Amino acid sequence: MSTDVRVAGVGIHPFGRFPDLTVTELGIAAVRAALDEAGDPRFDAAFCGTAYAGVAAGHKVLSAIGRTGIPIVDVEAGCASGAAALMLAAGAIRAGQYDTVLVFGIEKMPKGIIRSTFFEPWREAAGLAATPAYFALRAQRLQREANVTKEQLAQVVVKNRRHGVHNPDAMFRRETTVEEVLGSRLVCEPLHLFMLCSPNEGAAAVVLRRAADAASDAVRLDAAVLRSHLPGSVLGEATPMSGVEDDDIPPPSTLAARDAYAAAGVGPTDLDVVECQDTDAARELLSYEELGLCERGEQGRLLEEGTTALGGRLPVNPSGGLLSKGEPLGASALGQVVELTRQLRGTADARQIEGARVGLAHTVGRGANASVTIVSR
Amino acid sequence: MSTPRRVPVRSGLFDDDAGDVVLLGARCRTCGRPQFPRSATCPYCSSVDVEPVRLAGVGTLWGWTTVHTAPPGYDGPVPFGFGVVELSAGLRVITRLEIGDGAALQFGQPMQAAIVALHTDHDGDTVVTYSFAPTP
Ligand SMILES: [Zn+2]
Repeated sequence: MSTDVRVAGVGIHPFGRFPDLTVTELGIAAVRAALDEAGDPRFDAAFCGTAYAGVAAGHKVLSAIGRTGIPIVDVEAGCASGAAALMLAAGAIRAGQYDTVLVFGIEKMPKGIIRSTFFEPWREAAGLAATPAYFALRAQRLQREANVTKEQLAQVVVKNRRHGVHNPDAMFRRETTVEEVLGSRLVCEPLHLFMLCSPNEGAAAVVLRRAADAASDAVRLDAAVLRSHLPGSVLGEATPMSGVEDDDIPPPSTLAARDAYAAAGVGPTDLDVVECQDTDAARELLSYEELGLCERGEQGRLLEEGTTALGGRLPVNPSGGLLSKGEPLGASALGQVVELTRQLRGTADARQIEGARVGLAHTVGRGANASVTIVSR
Repeated sequence: MSTPRRVPVRSGLFDDDAGDVVLLGARCRTCGRPQFPRSATCPYCSSVDVEPVRLAGVGTLWGWTTVHTAPPGYDGPVPFGFGVVELSAGLRVITRLEIGDGAALQFGQPMQAAIVALHTDHDGDTVVTYSFAPTP
């Protein structure tokens, strides 16, 4: 069954830097907003996505508002942590275990290149844990194999930052230009500083409810899929030390997209709006082909024709994407669901995509973990 | 003061005992796929029937960039080259690169392994790792 889970309420704490707020306080704000929208404050279980908030981080949020007693499960799946929590919650409702589940994601990230326990110490000592360098190698491969230009990488940033101007929950709300992006500090060729998203802080929450108990016009959660990588791709998000010829190895984002399209009974041409992982500018363009939005090599044209900009046929990252919002790992995927829900309800204000009915959200990162979520109304 | 010794950043990664630098990998006897670094299991088919192989330190350049800021946990010099070399055994390996001005490089150009210094440890020894440089 793909039609029996609804989004009863969403809430978000803006993404940015909040030195005076704890990660618990960020979570409280998002959770309270989502529960307010959901009307009935009762929920049967809670799943909390976070990678850096520590032991029982979800419990601390719900303790502060006196909503413990129910099962609370913290979930870590890198950039897909919030989506993993969503998958578990939706599955539990579909299985009949719960009627209403609170899903939230919270994060307060350190500044700069994220130190990860993922890499062994020798790999750090050898300089081989340089995360932006992996992004850069992936970008270079996309340039080589999909004819993406450095100018197009800059155009992704210009597009998403233009969208972000209209999002009060985004960290960067100023437009930029191709010249400014290419003039920003070179991090790892071909990636300049403005082409990389900022790890930051924030929280987002979604209340899921079985359809029988939800408003009949509530946004439907058609698919919440999480997949991991298959072995072999040296530049895949699993960041192995070696790999083999990988043209026939589907990346985890493709695996998740295929499952999600099948579960939702839709395909790429049915989509009205997409929120995708734009950790760096090339990552967004790679996502286009991995999600089936275009064939390999077509993404540059899609971007330049304005297809994926607000006003185009299939706007991608109308929220401004991670390039405008920043990326609080645990909250990121649920922030996308908040945006899609608002788009489908017609309450996205200046970012509104007229008549949006079907939306897709995508994350991919450390693990590798990839998620694809599909909602409709 | 004794002469600084050369200490590998991790044992079992590489050696140059016979002169040329080799990477210490393995090959799965079940599915035939190569791996690096060497492990007791096959990351493709989960077989434990894995045999050690010495991978010749020659290949072609498959990807490259330059790291300008020291990443977390790294005490070596910056900037440094970083990329992927495709070994003649068909394995694509993450590696440091001795590339100087990256603009002069070409996809597919011949590369060969070298051993390079990273930093001096608390015993005064020189910590070294494998790297790849364009074949002269
Ligand atoms: Zn095998």
